[in-house]
Amino acid sequence: MKSKSMESIMKTIFFISATVSIIAIVLICIFIFAGGVPFIAEYGLKDFLLGREWQPSDTPASFGILPMIMGSIYVTIGAIILGVPIGILTATYLAKFCNHKVYRFLKPCINLMAGIPSIVYGFFALVVLVPIIRDIFGGTGMNIITASILLGIMILPTIVNISESAIRAVPQSYYEGSIALGASHERAIISVVLPAARSGILSSVILGIGRAIGETMAVILVAGNQARMPAGLTKGVRTLTTNIVMEMAYAADEHRQALIATATVLFVFILIINGTFLIIKRRANNG
Amino acid sequence: MDRTIRSIIRISTFITFSTLFFIIGYILIKGIPSLDLSLFQLEYTTENVSLFPAMVTTLMLIALTLIIATPIGIFTAFYLVEYAKKDSKIVEAIRIATETLSGIPSIVYGLFGMLFFVIRLNFKYSLLAGALTVGIMVLPLIIRTAEEALLSVDNSLREASFGLGAGKLRTIFRIVLPVAMPGILSGVILSIGRIVGETAALMFTLGTATKIPEGLFSSGRTLALHMYVLSTEGLNVNESYATGVILLLVVLIVNGLSTLLSNKLAKGNEDE
Repeated sequence: MKSKSMESIMKTIFFISATVSIIAIVLICIFIFAGGVPFIAEYGLKDFLLGREWQPSDTPASFGILPMIMGSIYVTIGAIILGVPIGILTATYLAKFCNHKVYRFLKPCINLMAGIPSIVYGFFALVVLVPIIRDIFGGTGMNIITASILLGIMILPTIVNISESAIRAVPQSYYEGSIALGASHERAIISVVLPAARSGILSSVILGIGRAIGETMAVILVAGNQARMPAGLTKGVRTLTTNIVMEMAYAADEHRQALIATATVLFVFILIINGTFLIIKRRANNG
Repeated sequence: MDRTIRSIIRISTFITFSTLFFIIGYILIKGIPSLDLSLFQLEYTTENVSLFPAMVTTLMLIALTLIIATPIGIFTAFYLVEYAKKDSKIVEAIRIATETLSGIPSIVYGLFGMLFFVIRLNFKYSLLAGALTVGIMVLPLIIRTAEEALLSVDNSLREASFGLGAGKLRTIFRIVLPVAMPGILSGVILSIGRIVGETAALMFTLGTATKIPEGLFSSGRTLALHMYVLSTEGLNVNESYATGVILLLVVLIVNGLSTLLSNKLAKGNEDE
């Protein structure tokens, strides 16, 4: 009898624990939206999203975050251009070209790469990349190119891991079929296996975009952080994430609300990216 | 043609791994000579720039976060694997919640933690606010690894245990949990890596005080935050390197252990 009640008590505890992640996501949504939406409503959605001026200390202050939105988009596109091809090809190597021994060594390396703290990446870029870029392009060396290279490196593990499992999930018969038709190993992989894995590879790219847009502490060290419209690849930019960290420490009143609203916009971007990822994944599972 | 394809693939792979090794090697080679005994003094001053308080704070934060997040994560996995019907609405909701949580950038966690724990619940910048925030962050990781570990336990073990008259709870704790332990541990260890490396989520929840926290409601700074503050100030580059070395060593150990454990789990299943 006693153990019966114990069973049901523990079952309830397990169930309550299971709801914690749902409660957490609901709370996060409530607080991030409740913190940002009133300000956006008051300031005007259009002025906030499309305003080109971010001058929190002027009177009247202007809070347009278009420069930061563009900054985030630029560095993310840069990261994708650099990181995606290298990541997919590395994944191809891991899945189809290397022997078991090499794989046993390289796979943990990719996981290690995912585990290196972003501040370490950022510091590395600050002391190594920034001087190199400065020598080549002049200026401070803190600009879109530097931030793109850094983010391109940082999204590699995401791209490699997810693309690799997508490539491995392609039925072996696809590969064998094209070999039987006379294709070479390389040809079979490039024209048959990779296209068959495209939805998985696409989701790796989407997750990579999410990672690049959300990255903060590494970017803040190398992007220059000027709150103005991006003026060229060799000029500094500020992203949505760094805008929050740069000014949150001393912001008050309206300024502070504007920063929380910046996080709301970032959060909406991320929800859209995640939603797309979930849809693609689900479709791949059903299809 | 085939040759070109092969060399492009090789070159890409080379770029990926040489970048990784270059970063690790560079930080270690530049940083190890900076590891000076003065960096490990008990008190932080602007002269010695000691990272000892940050190390202790990091350990305290890891302990507190794991105390909060590990049971919740493992219990969630118990519920998902051992109790829930596979296609029920609640399971679907939990899955969407954890997948969404794992995609949220740490700065958003940081702001949420500030708005909810620091301001609304009035915890101030504190160890507790930091641990709760990071606890939510690592929850999806713990749930996923624990779930995979539980799923990998052979069903015949459960059936044998039921057959011998054990109840569900007894079966879970005595039979399933020990077998799944290496997998669960590898997830917990990976989350230690995440906690150690976290910066953006802690800046506005744990704060950046330079002393060791005196209690749950006292502020401090972790090694990663310490390194960030040093890097932005730009005055103490050697100390940044030294902090980077310690962070990298922690990550190397954490990843090594987690790989070992998950290999052990895989091997254990092969043996049966």
